[in-house]
Amino acid sequence: MSATVTTGPEGLAHVAETAVPEQHRGGDRPHPARHALGLLLRIVLCLVFGLPLVFMVVSSFKPDLQIFDDLGSFKAFLPTGDISTANYTGVFGRVPFAQFMMNSVVITVVTVVLGIVVNSMAAFALSRIGFRGAGGVLGIILATLIVPFETLALPLLWWSNQLPFLGPDGISQGWLDTYQVQIIPFIANAFSIFLFYQYFDSIPKELDEAAKVDGAGWFRIYRSIVMPLSGPAIATVAILTFLPMWNQYLWPLMAVQTEELRPVMVGIDYFKQLNTSWGQIMAYATMITAPVLVLFVAFQRSFINSIASSGVKG
Amino acid sequence: MKLTPTTKRVAVGLLAAALPLSMAACTKGGSSSSGGAGGELTMWTHNAGNKAELAAITAIVNDYNKSQSKYKVKIQAFPQDSYNQSVVAAAASKKLPCILDIDGPNVPNWAWAGYLAPLDGLDATLSKYLPTVLGKWDNKTYSYGYYDVALVMVTRKTILDKYGIRVPTADSPWTKDEFDAALKKIKASGDFQNPLDIATSFTGEWWPYAYSPMLQSFGGDLINRDGYKTAEGSLNGPKAVEWATWFRSLVTDGLVPLKSGADPAKDFINGKTGILYNGTWTAVDTRKAFGKDTLFLPPPDLGTGPKIGGGSWQWGISQNCSDQAGALDYMKFAAQDKYVASVARDTNNIPATDAAAAQVKGYEKGGENEIFLDYAKKFALLRPVTPGYPFIATEFTKTAQDILNGADPKQALDQAVKNIDANQKSNGYFQ
Repeated sequence: MSATVTTGPEGLAHVAETAVPEQHRGGDRPHPARHALGLLLRIVLCLVFGLPLVFMVVSSFKPDLQIFDDLGSFKAFLPTGDISTANYTGVFGRVPFAQFMMNSVVITVVTVVLGIVVNSMAAFALSRIGFRGAGGVLGIILATLIVPFETLALPLLWWSNQLPFLGPDGISQGWLDTYQVQIIPFIANAFSIFLFYQYFDSIPKELDEAAKVDGAGWFRIYRSIVMPLSGPAIATVAILTFLPMWNQYLWPLMAVQTEELRPVMVGIDYFKQLNTSWGQIMAYATMITAPVLVLFVAFQRSFINSIASSGVKG
Repeated sequence: MKLTPTTKRVAVGLLAAALPLSMAACTKGGSSSSGGAGGELTMWTHNAGNKAELAAITAIVNDYNKSQSKYKVKIQAFPQDSYNQSVVAAAASKKLPCILDIDGPNVPNWAWAGYLAPLDGLDATLSKYLPTVLGKWDNKTYSYGYYDVALVMVTRKTILDKYGIRVPTADSPWTKDEFDAALKKIKASGDFQNPLDIATSFTGEWWPYAYSPMLQSFGGDLINRDGYKTAEGSLNGPKAVEWATWFRSLVTDGLVPLKSGADPAKDFINGKTGILYNGTWTAVDTRKAFGKDTLFLPPPDLGTGPKIGGGSWQWGISQNCSDQAGALDYMKFAAQDKYVASVARDTNNIPATDAAAAQVKGYEKGGENEIFLDYAKKFALLRPVTPGYPFIATEFTKTAQDILNGADPKQALDQAVKNIDANQKSNGYFQ
């Protein structure tokens, strides 16, 4: 990779900063009409993306019939009528919400943390150690990006059922209906390796040389030099791993049978009966969306940077 | 960006926490055995989230577990919406449970695929059941259900009276002309957003379950049931084309919305709809809203008599259960009339046996729900009993949706016939 490769979000921000001439940064105010149009566009975009969330939260406090009665008017977005927390009470009576939530948190956090370690190590080996055939290995890893998960699901299910596992009760065969089947297949991730690789490649290799002179080995260089300099890449990988893991639906549906091991997304199916409880669906959706929204607000800057640097939406 | 000491500490802490957590997490697993070992029989049901039915099934299982000491049935509940995918995935990895429930029309396919074992020795018990609640294929019975449901036209007496529309009965249903005229009267009044709502927003099995009876009432069918070799003439003959043209006209004449609301029953209760075409599961809510004004009418006679889909959820045992005798023992125990009655009562559905119906309030002679049993006995037609049914159902759904959206009826039906015939043939007609 050449030295012109982007240096991550921080680098991009720096480039953007220097590329903008000073006189355009607050000196000249835009034309009022243009400013108003821009503002209007932003308001419209806010409404388009925000109103569904408002509808979800507001509806979670309404009885089913009222949700449908309000649909034709703006009342659908207002907490009017017979407001109560009955739907939330109903959710707790219908699904083991705390259990599902804990499962999702465990599965997501463990996958994100192990994913950062494993993928960064793989990328480090490819980028810094420079063994023969590293380019080919990277090419093969990147090639797997074009294979959609749906095509791998059945073979993966078959393999998961054949694999042995060493646990406290000794060796058992078959991973189905366990936590590990929801975590381990998703730790190694070609896209995360690529992001780390790209970022590591932009860190000057002279640092490695200097560390080697001081007697550092490859692991020491990885742990004490490269990883501490890779905050933006770690944040990007963490966010891009977190979202799909939190939203896992198809795989747990196939690989998990016991209720105690199900993640939150599968739980939403509990409400889709012949007489669907729409208010409860909205309450459940609100509760499982809340952690993601809180995280988004807390890490808004990193999230936007991650999209900007990776060129994908999570 | 350089990591600050605090960030570094957080990262190291997270990593330290994650590793043991992952080890602990990975070792926690559920029982993935297919059951049958050591006297434990695993049972899967589609009722997660459906408290009433799950409680009724749990009560039967508890009774069974108390009644003997050789076997212990253990329930695992799955949400209905994703149940079939879970079963197919489990079958692929040979992890099916000993006892499981199945949506009726899928029984021939699952039996042919080797998922299900026949229920040997239950013939005498099951002879008292409604024929539509038994899952059969290749002259063997693979499943039985506690209840059936019926399709009905839900409306209010005051609506029909207001527009001078006759109240039809099972013995004298609306003719096609009467039905069309009634819808036009309701539309002309302008009182309703939807003169008729046939729930086009529903997905999956609803389309063949709800709309193929209309096709059959016209005189067509999904496939020629004589040998199940071809749909030629049944799904694309003159009667089928007539059905498709009429079906489309419901939308073009403004009698039916092209896309219903997410919950048509709620729209009916909210006064947006004049007549609702739906299942008997709407009875509780609509009666609660309109009391004795609520009417549950038979579907119209569109040519060959009213037709409704037959068959709901049923119970069977899996081929790979290591204790078939135990599973059969449970199935025999659970087939008692008192259990048919309790499940039907708790789910507000049509009891599968007359003896059970006599025990369920509303289904006794002259009871308010007796008409549902009457409709099920008189009008129910099983969906095609062939392992090719899931494919046929998907083709029919796609074709009916295309027709409602304006596709040429004859062309669309011809294409469906071509695809269905090719599938039947490529599978050796499931012999």
